[in-house]
Amino acid sequence: MTKHPEPDGPANHDENRRTFLKQSSLFTALALVPGTVVEAAAAKLDERVADAFEKVPLSLKINGVKHKVTVEPRATLLDFLREQLHLTGTKKGCDYGQCGACTVHVDGQRVNSCLSFAVMHDGQEITTIEGLADGDKLHPMQAAFVKHDGFQCGYCTPGQIMSAVACVREGRAGSEGEIREYMSGNICRCGAYANIVAAIQDVKDGGQKV
Amino acid sequence: MNQFQYVRATKAQAAIDVVAKDPNAKFIAGGTNLVDLMKRGVVTPQKLVDINRLPLAKIETTGTGLRLGALALNSTVANDAQVRAQHPLLALALNAGASPQLRNMATVGGNMLQRTRCTYFYDLTMPCNKRQPGSGCGALEGINRMHAIFGASSTCIAVHPSDMSVALVALDATVLVSGPKGDRRIPFGDFHRLPGDTPEKDTNLEAGELITAVELPASPFTKHVHYQKVRERASYAFALVSAAAALDIDGNNTIKAARLALGGVAHKPWRLTAAEQVLVGKPATEESFRQAATVAMQGAKAFKHNEYKLRLAPNTLVQALKTAAAA
Ligand SMILES: Cc1cc2nc3c(=O)[nH]c(=O)nc-3n(C[C@H](O)[C@H](O)[C@H](O)COP(=O)(O)OP(=O)(O)OC[C@H]3O[C@@H](n4cnc5c(N)ncnc54)[C@H](O)[C@@H]3O)c2cc1C
Ligand code: FES
Ligand code: FES
Repeated sequence: MTKHPEPDGPANHDENRRTFLKQSSLFTALALVPGTVVEAAAAKLDERVADAFEKVPLSLKINGVKHKVTVEPRATLLDFLREQLHLTGTKKGCDYGQCGACTVHVDGQRVNSCLSFAVMHDGQEITTIEGLADGDKLHPMQAAFVKHDGFQCGYCTPGQIMSAVACVREGRAGSEGEIREYMSGNICRCGAYANIVAAIQDVKDGGQKV
Repeated sequence: MNQFQYVRATKAQAAIDVVAKDPNAKFIAGGTNLVDLMKRGVVTPQKLVDINRLPLAKIETTGTGLRLGALALNSTVANDAQVRAQHPLLALALNAGASPQLRNMATVGGNMLQRTRCTYFYDLTMPCNKRQPGSGCGALEGINRMHAIFGASSTCIAVHPSDMSVALVALDATVLVSGPKGDRRIPFGDFHRLPGDTPEKDTNLEAGELITAVELPASPFTKHVHYQKVRERASYAFALVSAAAALDIDGNNTIKAARLALGGVAHKPWRLTAAEQVLVGKPATEESFRQAATVAMQGAKAFKHNEYKLRLAPNTLVQALKTAAAA
């Protein structure tokens, strides 16, 4: 995969921020920025103080690769993955925890990446859909989704697959009913549910290591 | 989303100090409710104190029962062997909530403090006394299908959405908190509030107080329990109405003790002490359950669109009791 530069990298961002703060009067700053910046400005501290809390250092492992970056505290794990690291396999469906399209694994557990801030994951290990295959060899769950047509438009699919892998690992794929309940956090607006369940059962019954 | 300062706490006291001093600071645990509300601008903290590194995630046996650390994940609690053996009602209620992914993020403390799902609370263009005190209650004369039938006031008719809390109030849990003035224990039934004139206050937690744990006393309700949740779809939806039922039944099918609570009906998880009393000494039959449900519904009052809850709630309670008795 090609390495992308960070379009929202620190240099660019900080430059704009500094210029903005220099140009704006304290009065404007009061309305637009949080208390600490205002305090810093009022105390005539260098605006780097403001930068320091706008971007926070973060080191974490994503799909086995270590990353040392800085992020805005406001960036969700989902936006950080997609916008800053360009790992766009993880999808944004609702952005409010209601659809499961953003499902990734954090330290091996499935979570909705849209509902936590990236900064909260310092030191953790994230696996996204990009990290599932072994080189060109599809993960058994990916292969099963292809075999069973476990998708139509495919938008929910990365989330479905990440959730499906966890569902089997958690031992919650014992029956169709159990699979449906433990996959209920992943909505598919194309309604590919029957085939998704079939794919999961196939992997579970095949006894392959997931 | 508004900008905020992010701090990661490694000591509980430091976290408490920051939030106690700054009315615009908030703790963040799983983030599943807070991040949602921040994205919508419903809550706009200027400082977030990340408490996830505090050593408060343990589930441990104490002299009197079981202690759940405030940061124990909802999924961890639901799967815990001690919880399942000693308080199966709690495991059932947890697993009826949200989705597997969300339960892997949501914490015990955060779950209790999740805000209402009233759509007027979420919609910044609408009045809501809970979000903006004094602005009025949009639901009172608006679309109030999801709203309270018990304990509402003229300023707020919202309901508390937590499933876990319904089980915890039934099981006589106690909330342990640490604050700027020290530690205290709050009986679960006194933790959440009725709206009264101050619907902006969901709970009796004081500024800066951190929930450290929830304690469950040893209980005889290890077998005949059920959590019945009625939703608009089979899973992954908030309750229209839910009922927690726990029975202690002797060899002659006589009820020795009962614990009952309803969810989705009030501003707080709704314990049914009077209905419990009705059951004591009675046979575990549908007739007894109906009598209890009738008592449970005393004082219920519906609004324009939620009249269905006046029938759904007692039926849900009876169903929970029947399933519990047969368990
Ligand atoms: C789509 C969706 C569906 C859902 N469905 C259900 C459902 O069916 N049933 C249900 O019960 N819930 C449901 N939930 C809600 C979910 O259970 C809560 O969001 C979750 O329990 C909150 O826990 P958290 O740790 O993520 O809290 P956070 O979002 O981190 O925090 C919530 C609040 O608690 C405060 N807080 C957190 N921990 C502490 C502490 N230790 N001391 C003091 N204050 C603290 C925070 O400051 C914040 O104000 C759903 C959520 C979503 C998004
Ligand atoms: S994008 Fe996260 S749950 Fe929908
Ligand atoms: S395949 Fe289209 S949303 Fe699931």
